[in-house]
Amino acid sequence: MRRRLIGLLALALLAAACTAGGGGSDKPAATIDPNAQHDPMTLTVWSNFSAREYDISTAVLQSIKQKYPWMTVKHVGGKDDAAILRAINGGTPPDMAISFTPSNSARYCKTGAMQDLNPYLTNDKIDKAKTWPPAIFSYTQFDNVQCVLPMLTDAYGLYYNKDLLSAKGITEPPKTLSELTEAAKKLTEFNPDGSIKVAGYMPLLGFYSGNTVNIYGRAYDAKWYDDSGKPSLATDPSWAKMLQWQKSFVDAIGYDKLQKFAAKLGGGDSEWSSSHGFETGKIAMMIDGEWRTAFIKADKSKVNYATAPAPTADDRSDLYGSGQVGGTIIGIPKGVKHPAESWLLVKYMSTDSGALTKLAAGLRNVPSTNDALASSELAQDPQFKTFMDIFKNPKSTYKTLTPIGQTDEDLFGTFGEKWQAGKVPDLQQGLEQVDSQLAKQLQLG
Amino acid sequence: MATVAERPQPAPAPSREVERRRRRRRSALRRQLVALAFMSPWIIGFSLFYVYPMAASLYFSFTHYDILSEPTWVGLDNYRFMFTADAQFWPSVRNTMWIIVFLVPLQVIFAVGSAIVLTRVKRGLSIYRTIFFLPTMVPLVAAAVAWVFLLNPAGPVNRLLGLLHLPEPLWFYDPGWTKPGLLLLGLWMVGQTMILFLAALLDVPRQLYEAADLEGAGPWQRFRHVTLPMISPVIFFSVVIGVIHGFQYFTEAFVVSSSGDATGLDHPIGYPQDSLLFFTSHLYQQGFEGFHMGYAAALSWVMFLVIMVCTLFLIRGSRRWVHYQGGFR
Repeated sequence: MRRRLIGLLALALLAAACTAGGGGSDKPAATIDPNAQHDPMTLTVWSNFSAREYDISTAVLQSIKQKYPWMTVKHVGGKDDAAILRAINGGTPPDMAISFTPSNSARYCKTGAMQDLNPYLTNDKIDKAKTWPPAIFSYTQFDNVQCVLPMLTDAYGLYYNKDLLSAKGITEPPKTLSELTEAAKKLTEFNPDGSIKVAGYMPLLGFYSGNTVNIYGRAYDAKWYDDSGKPSLATDPSWAKMLQWQKSFVDAIGYDKLQKFAAKLGGGDSEWSSSHGFETGKIAMMIDGEWRTAFIKADKSKVNYATAPAPTADDRSDLYGSGQVGGTIIGIPKGVKHPAESWLLVKYMSTDSGALTKLAAGLRNVPSTNDALASSELAQDPQFKTFMDIFKNPKSTYKTLTPIGQTDEDLFGTFGEKWQAGKVPDLQQGLEQVDSQLAKQLQLG
Repeated sequence: MATVAERPQPAPAPSREVERRRRRRRSALRRQLVALAFMSPWIIGFSLFYVYPMAASLYFSFTHYDILSEPTWVGLDNYRFMFTADAQFWPSVRNTMWIIVFLVPLQVIFAVGSAIVLTRVKRGLSIYRTIFFLPTMVPLVAAAVAWVFLLNPAGPVNRLLGLLHLPEPLWFYDPGWTKPGLLLLGLWMVGQTMILFLAALLDVPRQLYEAADLEGAGPWQRFRHVTLPMISPVIFFSVVIGVIHGFQYFTEAFVVSSSGDATGLDHPIGYPQDSLLFFTSHLYQQGFEGFHMGYAAALSWVMFLVIMVCTLFLIRGSRRWVHYQGGFR
């Protein structure tokens, strides 16, 4: 009897465990007339915004009341993707979710965690090609499912210290990686003890946000995956070329010297403080996002700088003007109670020029629609306009999306750190191993 | 009219013994039910928050599960992947073993040492005790952040080393120095263990030392043959807890490895070069960044089994070296 009871209990637990994955339900795309009489309602929005950015985004989210007086927005900050996913899984999702991780889009689209917005876009006769620059589709849709839309974006380009460059007789920013290397060597200054005083350019992978394998790979248009979806780090020769360029650059200055210089700056921590290497004049050139213009201003840095598109590989001048893009994404989670109302808010925050230009001006991010790009006052700032132009460039893109999200860049990034430290004896073999790891991660789902 | 012979015979009255037994059984059952009713909050809590999650995670460990879709049964695939295909699994095991092998013994030695020093203090014992114990009260995350500042290559520790003309390591930026950096943090937070040792040391009967003195024992012999056996139960406790904590080592490494970047997007967990990738960091990465919940569940079950085996091994081994007062070994 006791054994039977234990067996039944175990079965019940197993059955309960098996059903734990459920939660939430898909509702068909619904529409409402926003101008008709509606009962007042509150939509909940989750994001990972905090501090100043939270206040700015909340103000813009709540400005929807001017358009739809019956709608109020409750903005909850400090919610990362894992929290959003748990809420979706638990059947209590927010009415709109904001994510800072575009690499998770494939997972959202594939699993239906975020609803396909194509039916809503079609219903409202929104022409995607006319509304957004092509780059946004590289990180907001997967297998033709448009499960998220951009709410502003980021673009990466070159920042250079005009005073330091002109002091060395460099009048133009480098356009190729060879020019970048040569200029960096000229600009690098050493202390009497041999340590770096001023770095022309910091080539170390993993240093700041602009020092990633993906951003360096953009200079070669290197492909993460082949047409069949297999990892192609070893089969696309661009990756090996990129890593060889990067390593030769590191070796020319000295890995240990660069490491010490980076560490003494405060490492990655300095990126988000006023002791940032570029802002303090200790780094002459760097690749960074458009937000740096706001940081330079906020930190009251006296650096005399200008911006330009990031340099490309010597034989890929056709890529000049393009760059890595990708930023905040928004969507309607699976299982929301008011999908039609959620869509009104998503549409407002992703297509309304007024809302986007206000948000872009506050956060100093690139406006994400063609209309907002044209009407934004940010275009008046030539240093910021560089990034708007990079975003508009048809060759600008995000990295290939897969359901493993950020894992591929993490694994390859760690490999890159070992490579630059001289811990990878055979580059081709190493790349094949990373390919194999990525393939296995993809198998894991 | 029925005759006496035809009258139905009354049922035989149950014997007193049977009735007594029945009553006793009923009373025992009532007592058990009352006990069960009093225990029910714990039973419900234990079943809901321990048994169910453990059973669920055991089930998920045999599935592909990404939180969002229904789990699909894959048998032993996750376990096979762990041991044969996951390139980060063995580095995470090696890092975890490193921290257990170095941190646990050093913590015990450091705690015993500082407790012995404190037993010799004549004045202001409570002040010193508080100073030693204070770091334990600092939240782990805050302590890790503080040590990131202290061990910054341009920070106070390196400045001091520079003044003394000693090498200035890059600490948390150099894969060769990341774990030693964490070791220092671990030793700084040894206060709780030290307090246990202090209590154990003060509890050693004086007459044992007097007897040892009469036998002509020196300081080392007194320590080796009197102090150590008498505090061995506390050493054993500290080692078991230390090993379990070592297997679950996470917060300090997580804070330190992602401290390089406030966004947490550019430095993968375990930075630099996977030198801070511990078993639980890897588990977290797979579960909450890669959303491979099935695989993360498999990792957690392997960790659970390894901890259990190690603990049993330690308990078994303790019979040989742990001395309990009163002669119970």
